[in-house]
Amino acid sequence: MARIALSHVGKVYEDGTRAVADLNIEVEDGEFLVFVGPSGCGKTAALRMVAGLETITEGDVRIGDKLVNNVPPRDRDVAMVFQSYALYPHLTVRDNIGFGLQLRKMPKAEVRRRVEDAARTLGLSEYLDRKPRNLSGGQRQRVAMGRAIVRQPQAFLMDEPLSNLDAKLRVQMRAEIGKLQRDLGVTTVYVTHDQVEAMTLGHRVAVIRKGVLQQIAPPQELYDRPTNLFVAGFIGSPAMNFLSATVLRDDNDQYTLEMGAETLVLPPSVPVARPALAGYVDKPIVVGIRPEDIEDASIAGRQPGRTLPARAELVEPLGSDLMVHLSMDLPQASGHEDIAELAEETGEGGVAIADERAVVVARFSPRSQVKVGDPVQITVATEQIHLFDATTGSAVWDA
Amino acid sequence: MTAAASTDIVTGSINRGWAARIAARTGGGALRIFLIVVALVWLIPTFGLLIESLRDPAQYANGGWWDAITHPAQLTFSNYSALLKTSAITGSFWNTVEITVPATILVVLIGAAAGYAFAWLEFPGRDALFLVVIGLLVVPIQIALIPVVKLYSALGISGSILSVVIFHVAFGLPFAIFLLRNYFSGIPRDLMEAARMDGATEGRIFFRIVLPLGLPAIASLAIFQFLWVWNDLLVALIFTDSSSQPLTVALASQTRQFGSSIDVLAPGAFLSLIVPLAVFMFFQRFFVEGVMAGSVK
Repeated sequence: MARIALSHVGKVYEDGTRAVADLNIEVEDGEFLVFVGPSGCGKTAALRMVAGLETITEGDVRIGDKLVNNVPPRDRDVAMVFQSYALYPHLTVRDNIGFGLQLRKMPKAEVRRRVEDAARTLGLSEYLDRKPRNLSGGQRQRVAMGRAIVRQPQAFLMDEPLSNLDAKLRVQMRAEIGKLQRDLGVTTVYVTHDQVEAMTLGHRVAVIRKGVLQQIAPPQELYDRPTNLFVAGFIGSPAMNFLSATVLRDDNDQYTLEMGAETLVLPPSVPVARPALAGYVDKPIVVGIRPEDIEDASIAGRQPGRTLPARAELVEPLGSDLMVHLSMDLPQASGHEDIAELAEETGEGGVAIADERAVVVARFSPRSQVKVGDPVQITVATEQIHLFDATTGSAVWDA
Repeated sequence: MTAAASTDIVTGSINRGWAARIAARTGGGALRIFLIVVALVWLIPTFGLLIESLRDPAQYANGGWWDAITHPAQLTFSNYSALLKTSAITGSFWNTVEITVPATILVVLIGAAAGYAFAWLEFPGRDALFLVVIGLLVVPIQIALIPVVKLYSALGISGSILSVVIFHVAFGLPFAIFLLRNYFSGIPRDLMEAARMDGATEGRIFFRIVLPLGLPAIASLAIFQFLWVWNDLLVALIFTDSSSQPLTVALASQTRQFGSSIDVLAPGAFLSLIVPLAVFMFFQRFFVEGVMAGSVK
């Protein structure tokens, strides 16, 4: 077991393409750290630099206390699980799992014992003499895991290990990987583009975008206090809604967000938690509202300063919730490049409305009676509101 | 899968008209008949060769080999026993083995190593060098004969078995490298990287991953190279002398303008045919489909 430290790590390919820039991350001993980001953001390149499969063009990588920049993968004592599983097709499950141990000239009896232990842990005991082609997708995934755990390495590196599984199996294997990591306590770096995997598995989650680390934090903190528009929009499904507003302050230090003809009154807790907000008075700001912080006013109650008019454009009953796409006569925050990129990435731009009205996704209680085309009053949980600088996209917190 | 396929066939035959069904039946039948005819055309001369090699030379003037089918008494092993007592023939048979075996093994080994390097190792000038190899593919051996003869006499190895082996290896390699490089580059990169993570050196990856996975290609290469060298007459005719000549040259020297010595040629040719057949049978089991199945995804 070991900690992994990346300091000022960068990757520039021979053709000049930059994949990773100035990455500074310390993975604690026994920690489960997840790299998450859209495809092509450099998260896999970062992982492969830790593995040794990619040369490190800038900065240092340390595993334990050892600088590994020029150490070949076989001497780094880390195991990797590949997205494709990369099982050796000509070897049985037993030999696939034991391959690394055989290469290390471990005594046969010890290899056998370790392989069988690993197989028992993963429920593969009865498949040990099969070839990979005779296994199901889930079983292949387990063999790939087995090959990693049997070596008892300093760290596990996992590159989207679940993305080839169907949805149901993915949820199951996700839970198993989480449990396995807790039981073994091995430092793990896990790469995924799936924010649900990131949130459920990671002790901490590192959000990467265009090779740059955006935020590294425990999942709940990432959700509650995103550092910028990108993280706010990337974490959470459906994605956070963004609206443009102007900050107003009256003589009683009452903060109000003016959005077109409508206003939202901020409860005192919001400016108290955000001393920097004072600098935005009379200036434009981007308002972020999560779908679950919007409720049908006929259920949540109509409250002055928190209720806005809207029209239901699409209603998706999920059983536990009612996902409602609303159009509102408000200015949508669409100017910032992060928002444009997020909309492209997640495909969650809401339903297209002809007349430039803001599109907002809300998660209503299933008791709501709203119908498509209905005008509906919505109540916003303003104490949960997120505020971002309209130019830089950074979250507004401390001065 | 199977169930779905058989369902399709049932509905198909119900929906199709009589004419279409008869056409399908006879089409399949015609194809079978065609294949049988082709097989017979190919096999009859070989069969005739076998019978001829078993006939008493005294009978040759009395009729063709087919007479032996109705008169089995004509058959005898005397040609073979005579052949095996002729030291010129047995010696040249061993010469053929001594030429073919190393020329095949060397081409496979060097070709596989070079193929791996061209497919998976990064080194300066790799692509340019591979282009040169491709270029060598189109060089006909005929234009190399005279320069190589001069070279060999300068080196003092003319007429030796070594000289023939070197020539065959040199001209077998471009195709070997080309074939194996292309096959090896089809092995998923993830497999190499997984092996590297598991602690394998390049050598281990080559011997434990690439060679076993490349067996189908290696087997076909081995068969082709073996057949080519075993059956070669031109190269052997030019580079060997009486002590190193292989079976092909020895048999060719038995043909005469008037009255060829069939009693030597027929059993000799059949002997020469048996060995490549056995080699083919042996390597055939490596032609496995879907070696890569279950590896990635």
